Amino acid sequence: MTAMSDNPQFTEYVTFTTAGQVFGLPIERVQEVFRPARITRVPLAAAQIAGVLNLRGRIVTAVDMRSRLDLHVRDAGVAPMAIGIESGAESFGLLVDALGEVLKLPDAEREANPINLDRKLARVAAGVYRLDGQLLVVLDVDRVLDLGAEAAAA
Amino acid sequence: MDDLLREFLTETNESLDRVDAELVRFEREPNNARILANIFRLVHTIKGTCGFLGLPRLEALAHAAETLMGKFRDGMPVTGEAVTLILSTIDRVKLILDEIEARQGEPEGGDSDLIEQLGRMTEVTEANEAEPAALPAAGEAIDKPQARAAREQGGVQRSEDEHGERIASHTIRVNVGTLDHLMTTVSELVLTRNQLLEIVRRHEDSDFKVPLQRLSNVTAELQEGVMKTRMQPIGNAWQKLPRVVRDLCAELGKEIELRMHGAETELDRQVLELVKDPLTHLVRNCADHGIEGPAERAAAGKPAKGTIRLAACHQGGHIIIEIADDGRGLDLARIRAKAVENGLAGEAEIAAKSDAEIANFIFAPGFSTAARVTSISGRGVGMDVVRSNIEQIGGTVDLQSVRGAGAKFTIKIPLTLAIVSALIVEAGGERFAVPQLSVLELVHASGSGEHRIERIKETPVLRLRNKLLPLIHLKEVLRLGESDGKNGFVVVTQVGSQTFGIVVDGVFHTEEIVIKPMSSKLRHLAAFSGTTILGDGSVIMIIDPNGIAQSLGRAAQAAAEGSPERDEHEQAPTDDIVSLLVFRAGSHQPKAVPLSLVTRLEEIDCRKIEISDGRHLVQYRDQLMPLLRIDTQSGLKQDGAQPILVFSDRGRSMGLVVDEIVDIVEDRLNIEVSSDRPGVLGYAVIKGNATEIVDVGHFLPQAYADWFRRRDASAERLLRTVLLVDDSAFFRDMLAPLIKAAGCQVVAVGSAAEALKVLASGRRFDLVVTDIEMPEMDGFALAEKLHAMPRAADLPVIGITAMVSAEAIERGRAVGFHDFVAKFDRTGLIAAIKDRSADIEQAA
Repeated sequence: MTAMSDNPQFTEYVTFTTAGQVFGLPIERVQEVFRPARITRVPLAAAQIAGVLNLRGRIVTAVDMRSRLDLHVRDAGVAPMAIGIESGAESFGLLVDALGEVLKLPDAEREANPINLDRKLARVAAGVYRLDGQLLVVLDVDRVLDLGAEAAAA
Repeated sequence: MDDLLREFLTETNESLDRVDAELVRFEREPNNARILANIFRLVHTIKGTCGFLGLPRLEALAHAAETLMGKFRDGMPVTGEAVTLILSTIDRVKLILDEIEARQGEPEGGDSDLIEQLGRMTEVTEANEAEPAALPAAGEAIDKPQARAAREQGGVQRSEDEHGERIASHTIRVNVGTLDHLMTTVSELVLTRNQLLEIVRRHEDSDFKVPLQRLSNVTAELQEGVMKTRMQPIGNAWQKLPRVVRDLCAELGKEIELRMHGAETELDRQVLELVKDPLTHLVRNCADHGIEGPAERAAAGKPAKGTIRLAACHQGGHIIIEIADDGRGLDLARIRAKAVENGLAGEAEIAAKSDAEIANFIFAPGFSTAARVTSISGRGVGMDVVRSNIEQIGGTVDLQSVRGAGAKFTIKIPLTLAIVSALIVEAGGERFAVPQLSVLELVHASGSGEHRIERIKETPVLRLRNKLLPLIHLKEVLRLGESDGKNGFVVVTQVGSQTFGIVVDGVFHTEEIVIKPMSSKLRHLAAFSGTTILGDGSVIMIIDPNGIAQSLGRAAQAAAEGSPERDEHEQAPTDDIVSLLVFRAGSHQPKAVPLSLVTRLEEIDCRKIEISDGRHLVQYRDQLMPLLRIDTQSGLKQDGAQPILVFSDRGRSMGLVVDEIVDIVEDRLNIEVSSDRPGVLGYAVIKGNATEIVDVGHFLPQAYADWFRRRDASAERLLRTVLLVDDSAFFRDMLAPLIKAAGCQVVAVGSAAEALKVLASGRRFDLVVTDIEMPEMDGFALAEKLHAMPRAADLPVIGITAMVSAEAIERGRAVGFHDFVAKFDRTGLIAAIKDRSADIEQAA
């Protein structure tokens, strides 16, 4: 993925913060955002899975993004917001600390992952934008949800 | 795919299944013109449609079959051979249909082989017909009544047809996907209704109450209605069976009649699909294993024709399917032998099992007693798959067998998979659903009440109506924390033949739950079978008793593999409350041992007790276990079951013979009077009785002289390969297991020459144990030869001899023996092997 091409296209990103870091997800993959309530934890499941919850009759598997991205924060309480994503007829909710605005960013400005990016993060990141005063890490939804590969690699 | 073609495929496949069944009936009743007309019409329709759709290959095949059947219709006699030919033609048609479905066109190739055969059969029968034709008067006379009968029956059939058409105009074909979607939607509705009901329950005087009640009723009705649309008669799953049985009869040379009852019993389409294969397998099994050949049946005084009976009926929310045969029944003796052979259980365990439990072994993976492997069964695959398939849909399969009179499988499955009744329980602050189907009963256990949770070592058990029920703490299995071990509800659950209790902290209520599939990220968790949404809107996990039972197996395995480190001090009395096993042996005075030391309580059939060298032994879990008596006063029973306490350590067990097991009590163990008598630690007052506290440590060395020494030795994890040379098979058989028991691998050979051959073959050994007195080449010569071999020069050699003389020892030293042991000094031999092993260890 080169940042050199003069592709005039833009992509819209839903941005969020987790453990102080700003991330972006392509908007076409985001179904909705919601406030997760009553998460049922699943015994014996991987730590990255916060549990399951009921969203209007659908069962949503909640993925704890702090754990998923290996970002630790002092306050370990349940993250207050969730981003709903559909993947292969299943619903997932990515638990995040706070939602940001939707940003429309030119594809051309997206830079490749810095080579020294944390390995765990690099596996799910699809590039970085330099915004004013902060960096936005674009996440690849499918790789974020590929928990099995992560566990195997760990 | 072309709509027309798809429709054709669906319809034809349905018709073909019917033709299969009809043909088998037709063979039995060749004069039933109605059946023939049915078959004829079906084949004719296929032929006609093929021509219309442009499928020449199918059309030619159907045409040839139709021609032959036309002859039948005209009164030609029906032969088994002809039916077989038509059946194989139909198989070919199915094959081509499958291809058409996959490739959307007719496959290459021709069916000239079948068409030719069909043509020949038609001609042959024509020729046969030509002969009676020479006597037309007689021929007509014979034909007429048949023809008339055919016409009459034809008349009957026509009216049935009209009736059929009337029904047809009231039915429509609906895509299965549509129905499934409808079911999902209704499930959502049920959930929402449950949620609303829950909300209204909290507001007593709500205006919503009445309309909600109405909604609730309508929802229930709708649910029932939608379920009905998915219902299909179980006969649909049976349609192929007459054909299967017929083919088997032909193959096995048996005569079997398949009777079917309750084919109209309806069940959910999804369940029906899943139960189809297990049913077919069971019927095959009955035909192959169950029903005897005609000669054997005649010898047993049974009619030559065997019967397989299929029956289905509703019972509560379940459907019960029985598959019974009047064959030879299960050979329990062979199953017992096979179970031991396959290592599924030890002999003592087998002996203690009931016939029903033994019969259930046939569901174990890889189990087959068929001496001869046929194409039908006896490959040892299948019965385990049958059970797991049925259990997957929340069903159970049970087996009853009477030797010589037959066997009966009883399958119990839920009517539908989508909505089930579940028990909502709590463990570790979380709620879980346990499918009601697998729950046998609920028992409240408390420290003081009637039912108490007790522990044998680490294993929790519950005494329930004179049986010990193994328990699993849900909290522990799910790693939700430590259980307090005393209080809780025991959900008595059955999986296969295994009954066990799941201990939970609380039980709420039962609820109709809608099973939602597990997230793909959680599907690997065997403990859960799905998720569901409760009336209050929260999501909970559905417990899979099968998965929980697996953890029971693991615990049992872990317990069998090695008991945790046991401290000597544990035997010493402490002031803490301990569980004591109180028993009587010899004298009337009660005796006790700390329960934590006892591995198992067993009852052994007295006939199994062997006496060797003045010691009592019993085969226990494929090992010989010494039995010891507390004192000389106590004797072994002469018949019946002998209760014993089994103490195990590092794979070795010893049995302490007792007269009766009195109780398990929890008490403070205060040894008030110490004893000088060997085997007695002292006396304590337990539950008001002066009780002798038995010193287990005294008995262990009696069982194995090296019990305590072994502990140190085994820490070195010695696993050596020993070559044992002895010309006497008796000594080989006696010594090999002994060396094995010391943790070595043994290769036993019968002569020095053989030993040299094995060594020359390049196999590595750590040690050679050889007899001295052997014909041809004796032990001394062998040792000399060994030391001349480059690879074996450093191999330590231990000589065993019937007579240890100073001279022999001297000579042994000269040829390089490392040690010398008398043949009967078994402990000496083991010690010598250990010494050598230790040397090797150091060298390494």
